Amino acid sequence: MQHIDFKSKVVEMKNITKVFGNVTANDQIHLTVHKGEVHALLGENGAGKSTLMNILYGLYRPTRGEIYINGKKTDIATPNIAIQQGIGMVHQHFMLVEPFTVVENIVLGRETTNFGGVLDMKKATEDVISLSEQYGLYVDPNAKVEDITVGMQQRVEILKALYRGADILILDEPTAVLTPQEIRELIEIIRNLTKEGKTIILITHKLKEIKQVADYCTIIRRGRHIDTVDVSAVTEEELAAKMVGREVSFDIEKKEKERGKVVLQIEGLTVKDNRGIEAVKGLSLEVYEGEILGVAGIDGNGQSELIEAITGLRPIEAGRVKMNGKDITHCKPKEIIDSKISTIPEDRQKRGLVLDFSVAENMVLENYAKEPFSKKGILNHGEISQFSKELIQTFDIRPKEETLKARILSGGNQQKAIIAREITNDPDLLITAQPTRGLDIGAIEYVHRALVEQRDKNRAVLLVSLELDEIMNVSDRIAVIYEGSIVGIVDAKEADENRLGLMMAGGGAEE
Amino acid sequence: MLDNIGIIIGITLMYATPLIYTALGGVISENSGVVNIGLEGMMTLGAFVGAAVGYYMGNPWIAFLAAGAAGGLLALCHAIASVTFNAQQVVSGIAINFIGPGLAMFLSRLFFKGATMTKAIDINHKIPKPLDPIFEGLSLQDSFLAQIFNQYATVYIAFLLVFAMWFVMYKTRFGMRLRAVGEHPRAADTLGINVYRIRYICVILSGVFAGLGGAAMSLAVVSLFSPTLISGQGFIALAAMIFGNWKPQGAMGACLLFGAAQGLVVFLGGTSIRVPSQLLSMLPYLITLIVLAVFVGRSRMPKADGIPYEKGGG
Repeated sequence: MQHIDFKSKVVEMKNITKVFGNVTANDQIHLTVHKGEVHALLGENGAGKSTLMNILYGLYRPTRGEIYINGKKTDIATPNIAIQQGIGMVHQHFMLVEPFTVVENIVLGRETTNFGGVLDMKKATEDVISLSEQYGLYVDPNAKVEDITVGMQQRVEILKALYRGADILILDEPTAVLTPQEIRELIEIIRNLTKEGKTIILITHKLKEIKQVADYCTIIRRGRHIDTVDVSAVTEEELAAKMVGREVSFDIEKKEKERGKVVLQIEGLTVKDNRGIEAVKGLSLEVYEGEILGVAGIDGNGQSELIEAITGLRPIEAGRVKMNGKDITHCKPKEIIDSKISTIPEDRQKRGLVLDFSVAENMVLENYAKEPFSKKGILNHGEISQFSKELIQTFDIRPKEETLKARILSGGNQQKAIIAREITNDPDLLITAQPTRGLDIGAIEYVHRALVEQRDKNRAVLLVSLELDEIMNVSDRIAVIYEGSIVGIVDAKEADENRLGLMMAGGGAEE
Repeated sequence: MLDNIGIIIGITLMYATPLIYTALGGVISENSGVVNIGLEGMMTLGAFVGAAVGYYMGNPWIAFLAAGAAGGLLALCHAIASVTFNAQQVVSGIAINFIGPGLAMFLSRLFFKGATMTKAIDINHKIPKPLDPIFEGLSLQDSFLAQIFNQYATVYIAFLLVFAMWFVMYKTRFGMRLRAVGEHPRAADTLGINVYRIRYICVILSGVFAGLGGAAMSLAVVSLFSPTLISGQGFIALAAMIFGNWKPQGAMGACLLFGAAQGLVVFLGGTSIRVPSQLLSMLPYLITLIVLAVFVGRSRMPKADGIPYEKGGG
């Protein structure tokens, strides 16, 4: 707050309207940002935040409305004009050329050259180093982008904008891909930047981060401006209600429940990753009926390999997996599904759905070969679409049209479709990996309710997530995975965020 | 024995040369993100234009440049289809491969009294061997050294172009931008780089190179154009580019390998070893097949290669 200069409005967007075909993505939105401010732009997926920022960055032209930069009316027709005006954007999906080095990526399009367009990489490297020191954004200038972590790549993106003289930085969902540690570092970086007089516009739907780092927050819902608030004066609940348009409960209602018998039993499981390195090392874990077991951990500690091994997608090197007492260690995925395990996979677009199949076809991906969906190898489309219509009704999947391709659905509705299919399969064990990644609050609430409902029906739920809040909210027990092993299991009621965080980082006791 | 080795190396260099030009064309186009399987067609047209202009004008250099221009014009069609209209690049390339030879034969019939083969160019109007006087002066014209080093000018130019291409691609602003466009066009676009313009330049240049490659065949290796002159060399150059990992120097190495196969065919054909010539002439293609099957899995192609770039969206 202390860095804000209220006298200078660096960005003023007035009555911005953007129409795509017959969809109004932005409807008379206004946004005012002062110098040195961190201004959050909050809204659900598809609310129009990114459209608004793409207009500011010159990627789209507004249908109506005016933009003032530093008090001067400006027509931002191309990103080049935006860059000249001191606007930089860090896109959600990084715009980095992977085989290029950090320096090459930063200077691309604004290269320092000698005679005849020959690159002067020495000068460029020096410039990048001094820039990174100025803002505390440490990077290895000569590393290839494909070899550095996502957090580092994001720094490269920020440096790219700063190198072009950006004073206004738009960060589009910057934390979506980061680990908790990297998020803390990013918040530190944002504070450094405002100290240096930069202005930050933060597109997000994560309330916690807004509370942590933003000064003001503009809320957009269905393309309309709802409110602009002083972040210190509102609660997360109030922000959520403004974003969704109704009250949202963060705490999941959960009845006390005794767990039942063991459903899934993993003993000494060892699995290799794609590079042939052991990603899961002698891991043992049990999941009981009527409980949600959350697996907390930082990305890349063997979570994906663990799930792929249980579901038969990855060979098991050693150890055993038992389901309801039956050994399923080296079974095929089909046999594993038939032993009453359902999975909501990590990557819903790659593994959960066939995007170019209709919703109806996606609903029977596991059961198409069974009656009534097919008889003697011939599909019964009537039955399939009847079944899908029922699921679409029950699970409120929108749009309510089973013949649409799955690709067209929003992320939340794609996830609903997968949940509908997997739950209807009547599993004894439901495995879910990152079930709410990329979803907005309304959809997250829905997914969490569905998981608790399964638990209440006495089913076992294995929840793997990188979001510690989600694990703590939903689970009954929390297992912490670190470097391919479970390093501890705690009762969710007694769990403490700091202690879990420490365990996730390998239990280093100094912190 | 030494002489035989000299002959084989000499033939290798001579036959590798048209492939090198054409493969360089592939390198520049594909690094900018446009698959160009139309190299064959562009090379064929270049070979005809080179031979025809060479025959009528009597100046090999004008003919050589005209061949490049003809290849470039045909490549422009490919650029219009695949860059501006986002056509499937392979399909557009296939069309080019029909248009190139078709056009060459049509023009040949028009200018050479209905013949699909051009009249041979006078030996003095072919691409010269610039080192001839030196070797003659030292009366070494048939020596081992001459077999290897006394080559047509196009051979030296080809190797210089490999170096020039490497320098442009990795040491200059234009090269960095063209590689960025082939890897991640949207990133380049957000940085104010004109993706379409770079792709146009690169595709047209690829046609120019392929045209030069064709002319290196019809103006130096032989002295006329016939419908079977190119027969697959454009594709071999394409394979060489892939085998060479989309890099100029790698493509050059691969071309030398394929050129050696060709050299072996020519050499064995001239010896008393009894192998049916039809079987022998399969050799370069067989090597291509084997090399591609074994090595291609390991090469890394530009990420956006073959994907039309559309502005906006996302």
